[in-house]
Amino acid sequence: MQASAVDIRKVNKYYGPFHALKDVDLAIPPGKVTCLIGPSGSGKSTLLRCINFLEEYDSGEIRIDGQLIGYEAPGRKMSGRKLREMRRSIGMVFQQFNLWPHMTALGNVAEGLVRVRGLSKAEAQARAAEALAKVGLADKMGNHPARLSGGQQQRVAIARAIAMEPRLMLFDEPTSALDPELVGEVLNVMKTLAGEGMTMVVVTHEMGFAAHVADQVAFMEKGELVGVDSPGRILHHPEDPRIQGFLRTYHERNSF
Amino acid sequence: MFSIPVFLQSFEPLFWAARYTLLISGLGIALGLVIGTLVCAARLSPYPVLRGFGGIWVSFLRGVPLLVQLLVFYYTLPVIGIDVPAIFAAVVTVGICASAYISEIWRGAIAALPRGQAEAAVAIGMTPRDVWMRVILPQAFTLSLPALVNELILLVKASSLVSVVGILELTRASQAQAATTFRPLEVYIAAACIYLAINLCLAALGRYLEHRTAV
Repeated sequence: MQASAVDIRKVNKYYGPFHALKDVDLAIPPGKVTCLIGPSGSGKSTLLRCINFLEEYDSGEIRIDGQLIGYEAPGRKMSGRKLREMRRSIGMVFQQFNLWPHMTALGNVAEGLVRVRGLSKAEAQARAAEALAKVGLADKMGNHPARLSGGQQQRVAIARAIAMEPRLMLFDEPTSALDPELVGEVLNVMKTLAGEGMTMVVVTHEMGFAAHVADQVAFMEKGELVGVDSPGRILHHPEDPRIQGFLRTYHERNSF
Repeated sequence: MFSIPVFLQSFEPLFWAARYTLLISGLGIALGLVIGTLVCAARLSPYPVLRGFGGIWVSFLRGVPLLVQLLVFYYTLPVIGIDVPAIFAAVVTVGICASAYISEIWRGAIAALPRGQAEAAVAIGMTPRDVWMRVILPQAFTLSLPALVNELILLVKASSLVSVVGILELTRASQAQAATTFRPLEVYIAAACIYLAINLCLAALGRYLEHRTAV
């Protein structure tokens, strides 16, 4: 069997007394798309944020290409420098885009290349322009985020992540803050990335995207990973009653 | 009757005194910005001792009138054997008092930024220094400008209080001028014009900076 790009083992996370992640086990295969679905508050985003250690997990292990993230050994935190080095190769896209409003689209994408990768300004801008062209925004490079639509902002955010040439991309509900007519342009960019063989973990409520693009779908509820399987088995022939219930609610809400 | 020649003549001696007003508020503001930034950093630091110190600093200096602070500072220095000119005591007191307000203005602006702004920078592997210098502070500075200009204008006007330690600044000079010429109306209106001119310049500088850093 091929080694996992991300290996999550027995991960637990508490917010005070609240048990947010309960013994979560999940293997993310390289070059594949994994979608995390489930009701809100189920721990999907928390799990995703643990993968690049934006959220600290309390016990268990998360390994990126075999390397433990966040800890040197159980209970002993990793140095800031090592953690930053690992994060360089993990791209992240947020629900609220989180573009920096005081920089242009080009500036947003070039910033990490200059500050983190140490490229010269000219080289960083050339690469940033390439990344923006790739997400279809070659003509918007000089715009500040406030002058871009939500869909365009999210595509800039994707460009900002891919310009760093990550090995792994994390998407935290990338289309949840968008007007319905802008969802498609963002999903298309993500489909292109998936087609190029990027390893992706996507927290989403877009069941269509999960059905058509994902290679595996993981369902979470109340901090537990209930099931992982192919999209067909999870979305069309779920065995677990919790998944059946979730999908029934989803279909009822989306039918008219 | 209001006499225009007397009004115009009263400007010259007042300009002389206004230099002290400018000097005290200018240096006071500069000192206040430096100390205010340090106090703000202390209040946001992970160390409880520093946070506590910053909190006490702010509560104490905001809770005591500047006038009282000036007198306390001015009369304390000789007692502990430090002999400095009144102008030094004035600048330091004004600066320290301003630092309490300025640190709160910074802190409010930083707290107003969405958490995702820093997270996006952390997620691509930026150092804490870069996160602050490139992402948080430029935005916090823009957000804080209206409140900051407000504070600076208050400070220029509050500098009139330093007359109690014997410095002949604009307000004190106009009182003296009024007493000798018996033309208080012309003299005080001239003084008002000078304060207004200084503060309009500050407000214009603020608008210019806001425009330049607009997001």
